[in-house]
Amino acid sequence: MIELKDITKVYSLGAFGKRKLTAVDNVSFSIGEGKIISLIGESGSGKTTIGKMMLKLIPITKGQILFQGKDLSLFKGEKLKEYYRYVQGVFQDPFSSFNPIFKADRIFELVKSEFFPELTGREWQIHVLDALESVGLNPKTVLNKFPHQLSGGQLQRMLIARALLLDTKFLVADEIISMLDASTRIDVLNILAELKKGGLSILFITHDLSLGYYISDESIILYRGSVMEAGKTEKVFSTPLHPYTRMLLDAVPRIDRKWTTFETPERKAVGSDTIGMCKYYDRCPLATKECEAQGLIKVEEDHHVACWRWNDV
Amino acid sequence: MALKIKDLRIYYQTLRGDVKAVDGISFQVKDGEIMGLAGESGCGKSTLSNALILLKPPMKYISGEVFLNDKKLPIDNYEAMRANRFRGVSIIPQYAMNALNPIRKLKQIISDLLEHHGESFVKMRDMIEERLKLVELDEKVLDLYPIELSGGMNQRMVMVISTLLNPSLLLADEITSALDVSSQKAVSKMIVEFRDRKIVRSVIFVTHDISILYQVADSIMIMYTGKQVERAPTETIVKNPLHPYTKLLISSLPEVGIKYSQAPLKGIPGRPPELLNPPEGCRFKDRCPVASEKCDEEPPLVEIEPGHQVACWKVGAIDD
Repeated sequence: MIELKDITKVYSLGAFGKRKLTAVDNVSFSIGEGKIISLIGESGSGKTTIGKMMLKLIPITKGQILFQGKDLSLFKGEKLKEYYRYVQGVFQDPFSSFNPIFKADRIFELVKSEFFPELTGREWQIHVLDALESVGLNPKTVLNKFPHQLSGGQLQRMLIARALLLDTKFLVADEIISMLDASTRIDVLNILAELKKGGLSILFITHDLSLGYYISDESIILYRGSVMEAGKTEKVFSTPLHPYTRMLLDAVPRIDRKWTTFETPERKAVGSDTIGMCKYYDRCPLATKECEAQGLIKVEEDHHVACWRWNDV
Repeated sequence: MALKIKDLRIYYQTLRGDVKAVDGISFQVKDGEIMGLAGESGCGKSTLSNALILLKPPMKYISGEVFLNDKKLPIDNYEAMRANRFRGVSIIPQYAMNALNPIRKLKQIISDLLEHHGESFVKMRDMIEERLKLVELDEKVLDLYPIELSGGMNQRMVMVISTLLNPSLLLADEITSALDVSSQKAVSKMIVEFRDRKIVRSVIFVTHDISILYQVADSIMIMYTGKQVERAPTETIVKNPLHPYTKLLISSLPEVGIKYSQAPLKGIPGRPPELLNPPEGCRFKDRCPVASEKCDEEPPLVEIEPGHQVACWKVGAIDD
């Protein structure tokens, strides 16, 4: 349904934008209808940048994003508004998504005045109640309240409900769980999984591998803007082929197994000697001089890895 | 005993009355022990750790005693505590990036701090460099500004600064929550390392992430709405929890290997009660799946087996 073709994003930094930072480097993937794809990576790997480009919040430096076969960069004005009818985002910090001066349910009113001006108040009310119902909120407890009177989990669910008021087909969920409490995060995750059954596609951005495994059909492991490993979630997690994926999986704190060692490879500043080399070159314990920049290699059906020595490391 | 707390009560003063954030907590931390402190937000875990080092309004000391190495810690006296801060008790705050002055170089920040405590940066320089090596930072970082370091590096820098004078008790408040998995692991390693090298005598590791605690802590204390609900060695809390709240909290953890399509997890229904007027009796009773009339009476904290304390009437009476 939505497809990314060789997307690159270069940020300009410093005075007059002299310094360049490649946040996303030649990333391609596609998301089908009713699928949840998790985008996993450390901070600075470009996960949020990809999400923002898909929501057309920032321009793309190179490449194309196709939504139902149409180029996203051509959407302007009315057409862009039409796009947002189908594609919506929910972000990390629920408290900063709301205006503290207004009541929290104002977000629903704004959707109405923007997209459904023809509906009467009563008809709209029914829509809102439906949406709240589907995210498991009791309308009595959340309507007519200010944001500070509600919990993070409630606010986050209201934002999902807001996205559902439109004919949303694709949702970018950017770290929506990480600010929530252990006891409520699982409820929000379950809501996403329920919505998926109704045909919603979700890009689930996270740094928490266990959350990605819990919910997604496919996983993409991102490092410094490049895809390291991609494929069906079970395959990526049960037979990780890239050294980076293995390192991440080893670092996940689990309650059924203790870490055997505390060693993790250190991230160093990028030097000139790593140009043209594999992105993971400086941290990889198995790297050799021949580890040049890699494209994705197809290992089996639904499993790709960007390491040329995947079968002997 | 490195740390001994008896019936500590810390309330927040508000216009509507006192918010009972820490309400009668007693526990001990042994020498060389890393104690994990876990619970939902608003359960009083940060209040407890802050009260041990900097108790200031609107926080209000109500009652209780704190002993550090068998000496009474005057937590209710702001001035008298001054001698103990940094040397006796030290804290690694939650957002390390915000803890460093952005317009001072790191070495200036450190030397300001040391001078304040009557030490000299020049004399301690060797030791500082050794500590930096321990957390895998280059000594060149001392000449940089905090913004030139990444979040994880700043976090480690703050860890070095907090432990410079070898405090006996180190409070680590949610130090891993803003980091990604590999930095989380590196930071946890350093806490264990500090303890193993006897730089600090004991640690209270505050977090809501029980799976991290399983990796580093020797024992775990679970708090709920200002009360202690369970305390046991790490292995026991994770493998054999007795309090219904602990059980629910642990069973709601997603892990690699658990998928929605195969085994959907359940959260804990409801939310914690307000601490302004907490309900009588057990504070978890409204959300508890096994609550009964007995729970209108407050359950005492009882020792089920050595080192394992639970506050629940039903313990022993239920199995899943």
